[in-house]
This record gives sequence, structure tokens and C-alpha cells, in this order.
Amino acid sequence: MEQLFGLLSFGPDGWGDEIAAGAWLTLRLAAATLPFGLVLGFAVALARNSHRTWLSVAGNAFATVFRGLPELLTLFIVYYGGQILVQRIASLVADEYVEVNGFVAGLVALGLVFAAYASEVFLGAFRSIGRGQFEGAAALGLRWPAAMRVVIVPQLVRLALPGLANLWLVLLKETSLVSIIALNDLLRETSVAVGATKEPFFFYLVACLIYLAMSIVSSFGIVGIERWSDRGMKR
Amino acid sequence: MSQFELLSRYGPRMLEGLLITIELVAISVTLGALIAVPVALARLSASRMLRALALGYSFFFRGTPLLAQLFLVYYGSGEFRSFFESIGLWWLFRDAFFCALLTFTLNTGAYQSEILRGAIRAVPRGQSEAAMSLGMKPRWIMLRVVLPQALVIGLRPLGNEVILMIKGSAVAAIITVFDLMGATRLAFARSFDITVYLYAAVLYLVLVETLRRLWDILERRLTRHVVRAAP
Repeated sequence: MEQLFGLLSFGPDGWGDEIAAGAWLTLRLAAATLPFGLVLGFAVALARNSHRTWLSVAGNAFATVFRGLPELLTLFIVYYGGQILVQRIASLVADEYVEVNGFVAGLVALGLVFAAYASEVFLGAFRSIGRGQFEGAAALGLRWPAAMRVVIVPQLVRLALPGLANLWLVLLKETSLVSIIALNDLLRETSVAVGATKEPFFFYLVACLIYLAMSIVSSFGIVGIERWSDRGMKR
Repeated sequence: MSQFELLSRYGPRMLEGLLITIELVAISVTLGALIAVPVALARLSASRMLRALALGYSFFFRGTPLLAQLFLVYYGSGEFRSFFESIGLWWLFRDAFFCALLTFTLNTGAYQSEILRGAIRAVPRGQSEAAMSLGMKPRWIMLRVVLPQALVIGLRPLGNEVILMIKGSAVAAIITVFDLMGATRLAFARSFDITVYLYAAVLYLVLVETLRRLWDILERRLTRHVVRAAP
């Protein structure tokens, strides 16, 4: 048992530092995906809500496709498809081999999926705000951007937060898929450690517990943010 | 290679893979439901021990990535090979399909237990109180009054869970199960043609949309006794 925990030490003999570096990459990837996914998800929600038919059709198609595809497949299509695309563009300019960055591919793929689900959350929040708020803002003579900024979005944040918090927890777990495109995240570093030590059960259990710890810490953070966004509400 | 050639060479294998995906999801969702009922009841039970056990199970499987769980079962079981051999179960754990099935069952069991727990709590209290005043025993109140209503409430989230499982099952390809994703990966490795992934995408979308439509019909049928307010 002690020997097993010795394998987790930091330094040349232990795998602690490698696994910690992997966990750090996992966190960085999730944190980098979040703003991209939120902005895109909000844009998709606006498109789905739009009066212009082509915009709402495009928005709905986006949401249907990326909520229906396995995340792993989305990742492969972005990674390999992106590789081909980038290669074609690069060959127009110069005769060089360009490689797609795994981190960026992971960010884009996870962000697309996040955006599809987030648009659903935003759409639900839009609906529960009610038309009166839009009409009231219009009656005050606010233009659309101002109405959004001072009337709609502040309410939207509070309504969308529980759903978005759930999506964050899902995202955190889904980052594990990037280990398959050879990005050194927590799961991949764990697999490397397993390959060298032949202790799969112990190491994968440790990885699971680290993911669990990340979820627990996130949950505490979410409770804090929700309390902050609810501060104006009377119970 | 032309698209026709590509499809005639790898299409049949991908369709076989689709069947394996369906099989994997259907079996694990069904077995998961069998786990979910006792776990949900344990989470609502008066015994602190049972509650803690059920919470620990559902917390672990909902808080960790499915892929990590799959690795834990598939590679981790190898470490206990002599134990599994001694109880005569090694042939099962050696099989990637079985390991995927076991992992998915435990995973979806945890999610389904949470859905069921929420649904049971959503059944109005008056229902069980009325049953109690009729002199029904607690066991029968649960089985005949509360659970049937809870199942109707939980139908929609359960449908979502099945869809999530279809999508999630793609990770089985990583441990060499030839489901739709696995067959597609093989086709890509041989042909280097990205369109095989697009064909797989279409198949997954068709599968998910079909299920969604079927679920809507099922829900409408099972709730036909519920009076709906005019839209």
C-alpha cells in the first residue's frame, strides 16, 4: 500500500508531478472552453429566437446536430477535418506541413457541444423572462443593444445559471476525451503512468478521485455564484 | 476512392457497428433501470447507512468521466485476474464488450436512480397519505401508488438519459469494441477519408432523432389520461 502511494510522489520516481500537470491541463482546457462556448451559445440562442427564418433554422440545426452527435465523434471531425482544412489553406501559401494543435481542436469541439446545450438553457431563460420586459424596455425608448444590456441580460444570468452550472460539470468530465487525440490531460498522463507501472486500478482510481474533487470544488463555487446572482431576489 | 466504393467497402461494417451500439445501449439502459430502483429507494430510505451507500455510488459514477470509469473497469480488472479466474469469471472481464456493458450499466444506473428519486419526490404527498388511510401497507403504496406515477413523471428525463447513453457509448470504441464509432475508426484508419466520420455522424443523428420521436409518441400514449391545459 505504502509502495503504491510512493508512486504518487513528486519527482523522478513518482508520477505525482506528471498527473498534477495533466490535471492542470484539464482545468485549463475546461476554463478556456467556457467563454468560447458561452458566447457562441448565446449567439445561437439569439439566432434561434430570431424572426428571420434562415437564422432560426440555422440555429436550430446547429443545436440539433451538436446535441445529437457523440462528443467523441465531434472531436474527431474537428481534429481530423481541421487538419485537412488547415493543410489545404497552408498549401495555397507555402509548401509546408502544418499540424493542428490538439488543445485548439479540443477547445473547438467541446465548445461547439457546450454552445449547443447552452443555447437551450438561454432559450429557456428568454422564455421565462416574458414579453412584458422586452415591451417595457421598448416603451422606455431603449434600443435593442441597450435593452439587452440593462434589462434582459441581468435577469437572464440569474435564470440561466443553474443550467449553465450543470453544463460546466459536464464539460469538466468531457475534457477527458482529448486524451484520445494525444493531448496530455489528466486521463492521458494517468494512462502513461499505468503503462510504466502496471498498476491500472490504483492509478485510474486516483484519476477518478481527482475528477471528483474538481466537481466538488466547482459545486461549492457554483453555490457561491448563485447566491451572488440571487442577491436582489426576495424570498 | 469514390464515395460509392468507400460505402460498399465499409458501409456494411458500419451498419453492423450501429447494431452493436443499439445492443450496448439497450442492454445497459435496461439493466441500469434494475439497479436504479433499489438505489433510488435506498436514497429515500430512513436508514442512514443505506442512504450513504447509495449516495456514494451515485456520486462516484456521476462525478467522474465515463471514459475514466471504462479504463478503471477494463484495465483495472486485469489486476485482479487471479481472483476472477478463481471464481470463473475471467472470460467475462477479458471481453471488451462485457466491460463496456458493465461500465455503462453502472453509469446509467447512477443517473437513472437520480431521475427516479426526483420523480418519486415529485409525486404529491397526498397520494401516499390517501393510500395509507385506505390501510395499504407501505410496500404496496410504493409499488402501486407512488412508483407508477413517478415513472410517468420521470419519462422525459429518462428519454434524455437514453440519448446521452447513445452518445456516450461511442467511447467503447477506445477499448476495441466495434460499435458504430469503432467500425468508423477502423474505416478511417484504412481509407484516410474523413467522409466516413460524416457518414457516422448522419447515422448517429438518425438514431437519436428516431429515438426522440418514438419517445414523444410513447409519452403521449402513457399520459393520455392526464388532462392537459389548452396550449
